[in-house]
Amino acid sequence: MSLLAVSNLTKRYHRGGKPFAAVDEVSFEVGPGETLALAGPSGSGKSTIARLVLRLIEPDAGRIGFEGADFLALSGAALRARRARLQMVFQDPLAAFNPRATVARVLDDPLRIHNIASRAERPRRIAALLERVGLDAGLAARAIHEISGGQRQRVAIARAIATRPSLIVLDEAVSALDVSVRGQILELLLDLQRRERIAYLFISHDLGVIRAVAHRVVILDAGRIAESGDARAVIANPQSPVGKALVEAAPRLTRNRP
Amino acid sequence: MTVLLSIRNLKVAYRRDGVAVQALKGVSLDVEAGERLAIIGESGSGKSTLALAAAGLLARGAEIGGRVDWFLPASAGAKAEDRQPSVLATSHPLLGREIGFVFQDPSSSLDPVMPIGKQIAEVTRTHLGLGWKDACAKAKTLLERVRLPDPSSALHAYPHQLSGGQKQRVAIAAAIAAGPTLLIADEATSALDTIVQAEIVALIRRLVSEDGMTLIFISHDIALAAALADRIAVLRHGELIELGGTDQILNAPRHAYTRALLDAHLGLDANPLLDRQGVSA
Amino acid sequence: MNRLRRFFRTPEAIAGALILALLAAMALAAPLLFPGDPQAIAGPALQPPFQDWSVPLGTDRLGRNVLAELFHGARTSLAVGLAAAAAALLIGAVVGTLAGFAGGLIDEALMRVTDAFQTVPSFLLALAFVSIVGPSLGVVVAAIALSAWTGPARVARAEVLSIRERDYVAGARVIGMHPLEIAFREVLPNALPPVLALSSVIVAAAILTEAALSFLGLGDPNRVTWGGMIAEGRTVLRTAPFLSVVPGVALVLTVLGIYLTGEGVVESTAVSRSLS
Ligand SMILES: Nc1ncnc2c1ncn2[C@@H]1O[C@H](COP(=O)(O)OP(=O)(O)OP(=O)(O)O)[C@@H](O)[C@H]1O
Ligand SMILES: Nc1ncnc2c1ncn2[C@@H]1O[C@H](COP(=O)(O)OP(=O)(O)OP(=O)(O)O)[C@@H](O)[C@H]1O
Ligand SMILES: [Mg+2]
Ligand SMILES: [Mg+2]
Repeated sequence: MSLLAVSNLTKRYHRGGKPFAAVDEVSFEVGPGETLALAGPSGSGKSTIARLVLRLIEPDAGRIGFEGADFLALSGAALRARRARLQMVFQDPLAAFNPRATVARVLDDPLRIHNIASRAERPRRIAALLERVGLDAGLAARAIHEISGGQRQRVAIARAIATRPSLIVLDEAVSALDVSVRGQILELLLDLQRRERIAYLFISHDLGVIRAVAHRVVILDAGRIAESGDARAVIANPQSPVGKALVEAAPRLTRNRP
Repeated sequence: MTVLLSIRNLKVAYRRDGVAVQALKGVSLDVEAGERLAIIGESGSGKSTLALAAAGLLARGAEIGGRVDWFLPASAGAKAEDRQPSVLATSHPLLGREIGFVFQDPSSSLDPVMPIGKQIAEVTRTHLGLGWKDACAKAKTLLERVRLPDPSSALHAYPHQLSGGQKQRVAIAAAIAAGPTLLIADEATSALDTIVQAEIVALIRRLVSEDGMTLIFISHDIALAAALADRIAVLRHGELIELGGTDQILNAPRHAYTRALLDAHLGLDANPLLDRQGVSA
Repeated sequence: MNRLRRFFRTPEAIAGALILALLAAMALAAPLLFPGDPQAIAGPALQPPFQDWSVPLGTDRLGRNVLAELFHGARTSLAVGLAAAAAALLIGAVVGTLAGFAGGLIDEALMRVTDAFQTVPSFLLALAFVSIVGPSLGVVVAAIALSAWTGPARVARAEVLSIRERDYVAGARVIGMHPLEIAFREVLPNALPPVLALSSVIVAAAILTEAALSFLGLGDPNRVTWGGMIAEGRTVLRTAPFLSVVPGVALVLTVLGIYLTGEGVVESTAVSRSLS
């Protein structure tokens, strides 16, 4: 049984007066506890798919099934309630939070909105969430702009897991981070997945990162699926021209390993 | 090898809300003529500060200590005083003519309301004293050299009509327009997708070898740096912690931090993290 | 702290702040220095200033103490100016946020209403409103607010339109936040700075409008106002010009002080923005 089932999803925009499909008849499925990567060059439609799946924008055609129900049929309060199960982490952790917010408020919001904990209980929950993502509970009182980029991305993950989702969409969530911090965040994501069976829709144009964390990969080109399959198999032997170009372009370290 | 640029005990501090932030804490480094040097390090380690200080582009509020000396070959047509060692913090006569600078965000270095051909021609006019006609012809050759598709119509295009990768090509064309001795690329490919990034790196490599330019390539990606550079300098918290040939840095790093940077790289041959954790779908 | 120090760097800002401080002191001290009714008779009529030190600025046509009237008038001017400006900013911010955030039909409707208000000259609007409802302090405040909220509404809407597209608003939707909470708790506070930058202009305009209404006899009849004092003095302008000049100068200084302070605030925040 798939957790997320997307079929024939299409989104059209206008460019220079002419309509063009940013996402064109795209279909894929994500199983529980699975990581599906979306790869592709800039402008291939990755972020548009993420926004469609999260109902931040509405598709022109296609279906989205989530947890066995028609996700596109939901609206209003029912949609807001279901959002608890489907979360997102953005690329730029500074832009993803209200510039006036503190860490505590960022984590308090989802707990309050979805009635997960009483007002009295929430500070304890917030501390637990911070510890869950490897941060000091004392960080709660800080403003968002007073912590480092890596810490901010951990807070973003803490907010995403606060409502116990079954799927998290990560749009270039590690692309803006230093390599060393990036490694730690990826480890954290894998640890959460192993313990809580969270599925990820992992968007990146870096095949090295995708190969490190994803089970399957979908490679997009100009809004269409160019190829898909087991992440390591596809990256080892890409069939489509974009797949080949992406593999070709990935930076390599050629070291004479001892 | 002759030294082109000598940096001695360079210290830079920025003032922020009254307190000084020490961005560089005494960096010494020689750049040799014709070499390709990469500067790597984590965000905030001082890479951009080093490049800006070398080019004399630091913000006015910055406090600077130490020396930056240039030794420009006479053939480059520099004025006599440029060849004298100069203490930093005086305004640099070099930018544009002797140093080409490419920034991370190409849109910020291009004028949004001027056709790109004119922007490039402007550089050759001011620095090489060409007339408009020659400058435009030169701009077209430059766009051909950076392999912009359809260069003659691209001359009249505005920056917003180009993709990120194309804008970066234009920025590089403008940077090399006056035939500089040194090209500084500060995270010039970080905002681009991997395919375009590989194209730009190949372009920089080709241009540098064709013109015999010296290159300072700033990046936080050690693999990218290794693909391009003869030598790699590793910065951390404003200090130069390791400097060596690319082979030595990759295969026999002396500093633990360099080793950590190498280990954190996720190449297509790396051991997937998934396996290390034993997750299965 | 830092912002304060930056604010006091320009001489204009210091001058503005001094004037405003003096004005506030006058308004606060009025009931202490001049207890009782300022409209009570204090001596012979039309006494020129600087002669009798019990009435330092002289007396008016009815023998009322001009200095006491000036102090109590400062109270009215400030109260009406601040209350009307606050109301205008509040209405404007709410309407602008709703229009910008909701978009579509709601935006269309709200902006057409804003247009309608803006096409009527604001003073005429206030005048009409007071003459229909009748003069009292509350009505004057409402009338001025009604004629001044369109500016803040437009500025707020423009700001909200740009903030609406930011990632953090998408983030708030993803965690299931109610659209009204997103609009007023997440978006509005970040859209406020440019709206608040209008406040000095609006306060100054409100004070002038109040003076003009009082001048035309449409102010609250139970309170001393500078506009009313100027109107009073008009009938004896040749023989006792000080009766109009004193409140007139007070009015000019007040508006000047507000503008200068507003400039100083904008300047100091602009500096801090360019630094960050
Ligand atoms: N609101 C919009 N209006 C018009 N065109 C849009 C809009 N949003 C996206 N597009 C276009 O849709 C295409 C897909 O964009 P999208 O952001 O999904 O790409 P992406 O794969 O995420 O690229 P990147 O790697 O650069 O983030 C692009 O050509 C983009 O210009
Ligand atoms: N104009 C400035 N004013 C104040 N502080 C600054 C300024 N520019 C840089 N800094 C600070 O100096 C330090 C070094 O910054 P620098 O930009 O040189 O780092 P970097 O290595 O280029 O980082 P990145 O990879 O993020 O570009 C940082 O702590 C930074 O916050
Ligand atoms: Mg994207
Ligand atoms: Mg930098």
